[in-house]
Amino acid sequence: MASEHMSVEEVKKHIKVYWMIFGSLLVLTAVTVGISYIHLSFTFAVILALVVASTKASLVALYFMHLISEKTAIYLTLALTAVLFVILIVVPWMIPMGAMRSWLVS
Amino acid sequence: MAVHIPYIDKPNPVTGVTNAKLGVWLFLASEVMLFGALFSALITLRLGVSDWPHGYDVLNVPLATLNTVVLIFSSVTVVMAWASLKMHNLKQFKTYMSLTLLMSFIFLGIKAVEYGTKFSHGISPATSNFYAIYFVITGLHGLHILGGIIVNAYLLGPGSHMWKSEPERFTGRIECAGLYWHFVDLVWIFLFPILYLL
Repeated sequence: MASEHMSVEEVKKHIKVYWMIFGSLLVLTAVTVGISYIHLSFTFAVILALVVASTKASLVALYFMHLISEKTAIYLTLALTAVLFVILIVVPWMIPMGAMRSWLVS
Repeated sequence: MAVHIPYIDKPNPVTGVTNAKLGVWLFLASEVMLFGALFSALITLRLGVSDWPHGYDVLNVPLATLNTVVLIFSSVTVVMAWASLKMHNLKQFKTYMSLTLLMSFIFLGIKAVEYGTKFSHGISPATSNFYAIYFVITGLHGLHILGGIIVNAYLLGPGSHMWKSEPERFTGRIECAGLYWHFVDLVWIFLFPILYLL
């Protein structure tokens, strides 16, 4: 149910969820820091760090920002944003490494 | 003559949400692109430079971990501030919003200690590519915290008078301010491991 239409009883139920999410986020923060003390290969460390960070971000977005029960207009806005964000992140991987290094050094 | 903006407290029949809420989400979409461009720059630099330091070797991980906990707690307090208004409890709203502001100042205080230590060691954005992108991203994030403090302080102080005349609209304002604050938390959730732990 969208946040505008929540009754007092529904809000009370949500409050319990908020504190449970808070606990989960603390545990995941400890996991994030713990992973950094284990000497993993760089690629595996990056993947693991991003998986944990994405899980934490999803919890915040779904429950604190109420995206779990939002309207289509918001989902469409975010879907377009997500596509453009992925393009931004993928672009650096497509730049020829040699050209980039000489540009950064100069 | 004042211009009436429609659907600021009642959902727009077309979108199903208030115009204010859709506006905030569109603003947050632009913020994703702003920080996305900086993350893209970070990846570009990291791929292009051979001597990139490990964050945990050069940055203060315990302080950053504490800041992560502080910001996560502030996300709970701001959603609790909104929930308090939904339960018609202004006093409880003020308590949670005050806690949110307190956490915001603690975050900035810890960040100031981190920056101060770096500057005292002669480290600045000009030191290296790593510090250039570190100071730019964390500095911009810090400015967002400052912006959130100004908005939240207004809503806690003079802005809260709206509760008496238009409670539904005021609750909507707190929800919108909360959405922004959660976004600032989201950015930090990614910044923390990428800058400090890899």
